[in-house]
Amino acid sequence: METASQGRVQQHGIVGMSPGAYARVLIFFLAPAVLVYTLFSVYPLLDTIISSFYSKQNDGSYVYNGVANFVTLLTDPTWSAPFWNAFINNIKFFLIHMLVQNPIGLLLAALLSLPVLRFRTAYRTLIFMPTMLSVVIIGFTWQLILSPLWGIAKMFLQAFGLGFLFGPWLGEESTALITISLISVWQFVGIPMILIYTALLAIPDELIDAATVDGLNQFQAFFHVKLPLIWPTIGLVSVLTFVNNFNAFDLIYAMKGALAGPNFSADIMGTLFYRVFFGNQLQLGDVSMGATIATMMFLIILCGVMIYLFLIQRRLQRYAF
Amino acid sequence: MIKTTLKTLLLAAAASVAMAGAASAGKLTIESWRNDDAAIWKDKIIPAFNKKYPDIQVEFTPTAPKEYNAALNARLEGGTAGDIITCRPFDASLELFNKGHLAALNDLPSMANFSDVAKSAWTTDDGKSTFCVPMASVIHGFIYNKDIFKEVGVEPPKTEEEFFAVLEKLKANGNYTPLVLGTNDQWEAATMGFQNIGPNYWKGEEGRKALIDGSAKLTDKPYVDTLASLAKWAPYLGDGYKAQTYPDSQNLFGLGKGAIYAAGSWDISTFRGQNVNMGAFKAPPPAGASDCYISDHTDIGIGLNAKSGNAEEAKKFLDWVGSEEFANIFANALPGFFPLSNAKVTLSDDVAQEFVNWRGTCKSTIRNSYQILSRGTPNLENEMWNVSAQVINGAMTPDAAAAQLEDGLKKWYAPHQK
Repeated sequence: METASQGRVQQHGIVGMSPGAYARVLIFFLAPAVLVYTLFSVYPLLDTIISSFYSKQNDGSYVYNGVANFVTLLTDPTWSAPFWNAFINNIKFFLIHMLVQNPIGLLLAALLSLPVLRFRTAYRTLIFMPTMLSVVIIGFTWQLILSPLWGIAKMFLQAFGLGFLFGPWLGEESTALITISLISVWQFVGIPMILIYTALLAIPDELIDAATVDGLNQFQAFFHVKLPLIWPTIGLVSVLTFVNNFNAFDLIYAMKGALAGPNFSADIMGTLFYRVFFGNQLQLGDVSMGATIATMMFLIILCGVMIYLFLIQRRLQRYAF
Repeated sequence: MIKTTLKTLLLAAAASVAMAGAASAGKLTIESWRNDDAAIWKDKIIPAFNKKYPDIQVEFTPTAPKEYNAALNARLEGGTAGDIITCRPFDASLELFNKGHLAALNDLPSMANFSDVAKSAWTTDDGKSTFCVPMASVIHGFIYNKDIFKEVGVEPPKTEEEFFAVLEKLKANGNYTPLVLGTNDQWEAATMGFQNIGPNYWKGEEGRKALIDGSAKLTDKPYVDTLASLAKWAPYLGDGYKAQTYPDSQNLFGLGKGAIYAAGSWDISTFRGQNVNMGAFKAPPPAGASDCYISDHTDIGIGLNAKSGNAEEAKKFLDWVGSEEFANIFANALPGFFPLSNAKVTLSDDVAQEFVNWRGTCKSTIRNSYQILSRGTPNLENEMWNVSAQVINGAMTPDAAAAQLEDGLKKWYAPHQK
């Protein structure tokens, strides 16, 4: 038995190591990740879900009350109206990213991978730069650019005789969310660009050469050869956009505060959660309802990712070169 | 190895906790979030106290404002908090009192120097116990640019009618933004707008208390009229005021581009830094009003840790905080934060003096959403931010706004469900 198990260990390629030593090595390499992940990710997530099943009593203690918080959140108009408002705004926020950020990212990546392009590195760095800036700086800078009092946007439009087009976009109910979404697009467009650009670089030149010999021009080569090869990356970019957008909070909080106005027109799940969990001005924080909203956010993101995994990713074909 | 290091750390932590506890046994320590004022406490307030009581040592140990509530709670629970606790207004401190962390101070002699309005932020709902000495308030009103008023030829308005006439003249002049206020941050519209002019309509404390006992509704005439008056501000606000933030407003007035600034008294020091030649006028009462009312909002109090080992000395200190001497030192060190006692205070800052003079001619009240009425969901204060901004933006009628406020309150507040 002894020799057999030792033999098996040796089969795994760890020559001359006793089972105990092997276990120690395993623990040595796995433990940090498992510990950190458990402590900072699994435990808070479980604790949040557990908290959502409790409610605070008047004496300050917490009592288990099943799914009552979820029923309140989804059926009591005081809670459900802000919740669905935030949910729908979040979907708009996501759609704007999907329809603007990712196509532009794809376009930029395609342009960057053109063999004739000069100053490639400069463009790449410049476009990726905003992604690395703090949202507080982004929010502040754009608030200044778009400011009706001293903003450059107004003067810029006026210089072309288009001053009448300018409005206090961040302050209007109809435009606040769209404006903030586009600012977020501006900030993060570098991420899809870099991911897709890397995927495009991985396509062997032989394929493009063959397509060119077969009589395809640059456009046709892109649509018929390159694009099918980068679908898996675009899928990945989409799912990352989805997860990030439904977890978003910081830019809206930085620009509009926790009330995400006017009239909650820029309120998304993240700001709603923040307001409920941590409170605002005279509103005291509510741990149970906050955790309930956080759990709903988790479920929404989970559903979205599962739909992607089961319906889309399975149909994507991968090519190995 | 690791274990011993951890042990050492824990021991060190325990020792430091013990030492923090020990420190409070020898002298008085003051818990506060006002770390901006640390120098004033160390150089002015405590030395003045020690002239009278040389034997009592006092130390001011502030925490950052954002961490204060959580840190203080933890220290109170752990029994390591200082002897004297700086009190946030209303529910935050009330909770500390109900948990037994703050001692009742009804028998403190200097409590007699404070009005009921001043004490309301630190008194139980039934009015029986007061647990913090009121320290400072902020007053609302309007700050104006004297140079612009002279250039355009207008005088500070005394009635609401005059107020709009002045705004009209300033608008006709065209060189300056007549009224500086933005709705982007929402609280500005509610606090500097609604709560600033409102007390004249709902008759200050009388109206505020009627809302609490349910005999008045937010759909009543005074509230609709306040919102209607607010709606009339829009044409006089800066270009694109809907996207104007609070710092934008401060800069617009501070740079001399705006004529009238809907203010909180704490803005005085900001504009002093920008050398604005400024004056102030109180919220102008509407036609037919016989009395005037100002928002004189209780903001800072100071109380006694119920478990303090130096309760006698601490009470001497708190009693001194209620004195005229303290009021004068504090008010002059921090123009724009006004002592709440009835003591006669002389201020070196003329604009701050103007603000505080209104107390002599008008009745003081606090913001009507702060006591009791913002305990439920939807939160009344948040609702006021939202509808005030919408009314000024022209996105909501005053009637609809008042209806939304009342509907929200009615959902959870029993006295309004009758």
